[in-house]
Amino acid sequence: MDSYLCPVERKFAPYSFNGGTVLSIAGKDYAIIAADTRLSRDASIILSRDVVRSHQLTNKTFLGICGFHGDSSALIKIVKTRLKVYEHDNGKQMPTIGVAAMLSTILYGRRFFPFYCHCIVCGLDENGMGVMFGYDAVGSYSMSSYGAVGTGTAMIRPLLDDVISHTNTDLNMTVSISLDEALQILHDVANAAAERDVCIGDAFLIHIITKHGVKEEKFTLRRD
Amino acid sequence: MFRNQYDNDVTVWSPQGRIHQIEYAMEAVKQGSATVGLKSRTHAVLVALKRAQSELAAHQKKILEVDNHVGISIAGLTADARVLCNFMRQECLNSRFVYDTPLPIARLVSLVGNKKQIPTQRYGRRPYGVGLLIAGYDEKGPHVYQTCPSASVFDCKAMSIGARSQSARTYLERRLDQFLDGQDLFLSVHFHHPIYFHEYFCACDISTVSSMHVVDLSRFPVTIFCPFLADLDDLVKHGLRALRETLPNDQDLTTKVCAASAHLGSLHLGDCCSSENGI
Repeated sequence: MDSYLCPVERKFAPYSFNGGTVLSIAGKDYAIIAADTRLSRDASIILSRDVVRSHQLTNKTFLGICGFHGDSSALIKIVKTRLKVYEHDNGKQMPTIGVAAMLSTILYGRRFFPFYCHCIVCGLDENGMGVMFGYDAVGSYSMSSYGAVGTGTAMIRPLLDDVISHTNTDLNMTVSISLDEALQILHDVANAAAERDVCIGDAFLIHIITKHGVKEEKFTLRRD
Repeated sequence: MFRNQYDNDVTVWSPQGRIHQIEYAMEAVKQGSATVGLKSRTHAVLVALKRAQSELAAHQKKILEVDNHVGISIAGLTADARVLCNFMRQECLNSRFVYDTPLPIARLVSLVGNKKQIPTQRYGRRPYGVGLLIAGYDEKGPHVYQTCPSASVFDCKAMSIGARSQSARTYLERRLDQFLDGQDLFLSVHFHHPIYFHEYFCACDISTVSSMHVVDLSRFPVTIFCPFLADLDDLVKHGLRALRETLPNDQDLTTKVCAASAHLGSLHLGDCCSSENGI
């Protein structure tokens, strides 16, 4: 029983670390988002092997979130509701760059008790070109053509740097890659990350967004 | 006769037990152009006649989407309708956000009814001068509700409000069993001019249609492939014929004046597609 005669320290632990990684490649006329489906806690226990981290917002935009799953669920609800309001008011779906800017403001709105969510918004812009935006926990974002967030960032990002934009190599120029090449890269990179990181594994859920629509693919990994 | 003494405020009763301000508000609804709502076993449809202020202005939007599964058609003061529509949208969004479930139509309608009643009993305020036809699809099936400025709410099998709507109501009364039970009776009616553009709102359960129909419906003209949607096709035709009853003899329905937007269950197909479509 607690003593009431002296101050007692309590730990306020509002966040939980659920692991996972989301990566994305955006090309000339496609955007791919891949998210792993393992939900873990504190890098020590697997809570689920088929959690969904990438959410479709419109027929052209996806939002991938990793970090704390509770905050991620709440955030996706807020974003989807705001998207609905936009549709009612404007008679059309919000474009990808609009979603990106809006997400930044939503995240910054919680600057002093942040969503523990690292997000990627990816999709097609109004001209049909693939775009991708990476975020930090409080809404700082920038556009790029590939990126990764989550536990695998440190492993995946350098790999993508090397293979797609060839930075830090003698070549050092971005090569335009086709959809199939991008999928192959994604496959290899995801595998590599899953092999080494405990929080990543089980399966990768891939969504390919093109002007023809959204295609979903899943490739399973070792369940260890 | 004594009307003038008792019609200044909404809080004053007349000796006959009427509140004239509310009745005057109902007149505003009768000034609006006609709109028809009807339902079958599987679909609920709204059809409306759009009116333009002048030749220069666009035709006034009559059908508003409230949520994926509910839409409203308005007759009367458009501004009041907009406010109510926003309120309804908020309520529907709230239900989806908090309970992750579409708001049942009956509940939505009672919320609107309660909201409309407040200014009918408060000094200094006036009733909402708009009548709504609310069509939607929920777990219990398709619904059509009518609301008045008096804040009464009616659950209807089919209804028409607005100018000259009695003729439409008569049409609907006569043909009620043809669409309510979902019998696919094809009626051939020849219009003098083809109807180019329908704007109609239709809410139904997504499980009765496959994705194929979604694609077809989104690009009007509606040439329905599936037997399920023959229901919808006939229902819309009935709605349009009822609407036509409200027009003066020398006019006919054209795309510019007809309004609708198609929704199927939880999928939003997009508003007001315009292309030629003769019946």
